[in-house]
Amino acid sequence: MSKETSAARPGQRVTNGGGAAAGGPGKICQFKLVLLGESAVGKSSLVLRFVKGQFHEYQESTIGAAFLTQTVCLEDTTVKFEIWDTAGQERYHSLAPMYYRGAQAAIVVYDITNQDTFGRAKTWVKELQRQASPNIVIALAGNKADLANKRMVEYEEANTYAEENSLLFMETSAKTAMNVNDIFLAIAQKLPKNESGAGGSGNTGNINVGSSRTQESSSGCCK
Amino acid sequence: MDEEYDCIVLGTGLKECIISGMLSVSGKKVLHMDRNKYYGGESASITPLEDLFAKFEMPNPDESYGRTRDWNVDLIPKFLMANGQLVKLLIHTGVTRYLEFKSVEGSYVYKGNKISKVPSDDKEALTTDLLGMFEKRRFRNFLVFAQDFKEDDPSSWKAMPGFDPNTTPMSAVFAHFNLDRNTIDITGHALALYRDDEYLAKPALDCLKRIRLYSDSLARYGKSPYLYPLYGLGELPQGFARLSAIYGGTYMLDKPIDEIVFTDGKVSGVRSGSETAKCKQVYCDPTYVPDKVKQVGQVIRAICLLDHPVANTKDALSTQIIIPQKQVNRNSDIYVSMVSYTHQVAAKGWFVALVSTTVETADPEAEIKPGLDLLGPIKQKFVTVSPLFKPIDDGRESQLFISESYDATSHFETTCLDVLSIYNRGTGEDFDFSKVKHNLGDEEA
Repeated sequence: MSKETSAARPGQRVTNGGGAAAGGPGKICQFKLVLLGESAVGKSSLVLRFVKGQFHEYQESTIGAAFLTQTVCLEDTTVKFEIWDTAGQERYHSLAPMYYRGAQAAIVVYDITNQDTFGRAKTWVKELQRQASPNIVIALAGNKADLANKRMVEYEEANTYAEENSLLFMETSAKTAMNVNDIFLAIAQKLPKNESGAGGSGNTGNINVGSSRTQESSSGCCK
Repeated sequence: MDEEYDCIVLGTGLKECIISGMLSVSGKKVLHMDRNKYYGGESASITPLEDLFAKFEMPNPDESYGRTRDWNVDLIPKFLMANGQLVKLLIHTGVTRYLEFKSVEGSYVYKGNKISKVPSDDKEALTTDLLGMFEKRRFRNFLVFAQDFKEDDPSSWKAMPGFDPNTTPMSAVFAHFNLDRNTIDITGHALALYRDDEYLAKPALDCLKRIRLYSDSLARYGKSPYLYPLYGLGELPQGFARLSAIYGGTYMLDKPIDEIVFTDGKVSGVRSGSETAKCKQVYCDPTYVPDKVKQVGQVIRAICLLDHPVANTKDALSTQIIIPQKQVNRNSDIYVSMVSYTHQVAAKGWFVALVSTTVETADPEAEIKPGLDLLGPIKQKFVTVSPLFKPIDDGRESQLFISESYDATSHFETTCLDVLSIYNRGTGEDFDFSKVKHNLGDEEA
């Protein structure tokens, strides 16, 4: 009966086993990651490629999920991403503050074949700097890199902007899977793995209604 | 927005967001708009703090209030009953996954110029300082009866011969158990959460159900029957709006609403400037249709910023205090609810208390004085007197469905009843929770 249950069962917030001290091996950390960017730049496609290894040429405009989760294994830590899609609420600038709340990472996506979407991406970065937690890790993704023959945003231009704003930067393609896992991995590596490092407030005694679990901490990393 | 929708929802208050979510989940094409640039309408939590001061035409707060972004101040005070309708809605729709709650620490009732913890089960009935020794026994007997009562099992009614939950008035039940005036007050107002005494003459069933809701809610998380969401009540409408969006709902904030268009007495669209979106139905709050609602009363609410907890609550970081009407010679109760920095609604060390009641006189601020007096020194106070509106018809003819204003109750039970009723009138059926596809590409899949 009391055999060890799998620590990484999907959909459960998991903590490292009682004995292991924070920073020890086998630690599992969970982070909220939000996607931002203009409609149709490929936000949902990037997530679908990362989480399920799928790509649909005509991805519907929303993916109909509250959020998706995927884990990335680092040397001594397993990083579990809780990935929030905009559900289309970015279209008329109607994203709720709840969306940014507690996010420890963000991927701001633009389409390398569309200069306007790069301009909008810069606006989203500003919005994150204003609304989100000050320690948030932001990655800039120039998506649709497979369409380099229609390129309108130069790599150097985006790279310079990313460096100036301390953002991670990669050009990606949800279609060919180029750099998709890599960008999530890069974020996982940059995220602080100690409890105080992340944006959370370290509340205790919080209640997740409707689940049996009472969360120990709302901040990113498990104890 | 020049498109055609099944339903257009106006206003992003909690009721409209729940309705919008339900309609989208049911497969309707929904456009949801708000004239404000923020979510929540009348049920928003205002942030940053300078926006609250500006709303009441006051100069910006000084530095003592800390980081103004840390504040999320509710305009309407309510708690969730842990076993109540709203929690059921949150769980069945999956919206609960966007939210985190804290249990409210204390539930108190005011008697004879002081406050005492609300006794809620037979054990607490015997230890409370609210009642005399013999009264405690009688109250305990009543609570045992109320806890054992089952609507569909007459054998559970035996403690009171001749009792029928659908006909016996509540006053007769209290008389049978020999409860005195004071105990009846505590039971009806602090446990059953009635705002006035009209329930005494009505069949006992409703009151017994309410007592059951209180004790079942208390059993869920311990300290009190109430829950409160981190970052304020304004998170609730945002959560349901996200549900609606995930199921295809379109959101537009900061959109002036100029006209609801009718064709042959039925709703046919909504105009904003030169654009008109066509639709078959409109759902909205009373502020969008002043000529289609009537005023049925007024509520006064005082938002009070404090730098200390409320006295005699063991320094609770959240609490509710009910002042039963009779204690202060009124016809309706005064509610005091307080939350604090621990709920991410105030800067470190700060508390937000709301004192509210149904207005009975021409001097509403004087009416809430007994509640304000319990708070101690108040750093800043914002008082609103809001009209309570009800729609003039049920909307079936015009297909314009209007919600009622948020009433003075301390919880969301009436809010949910209104929402479920509107959904039923609008769609001709009750909401089918099985339509929510929890596993659609979801993390639990």
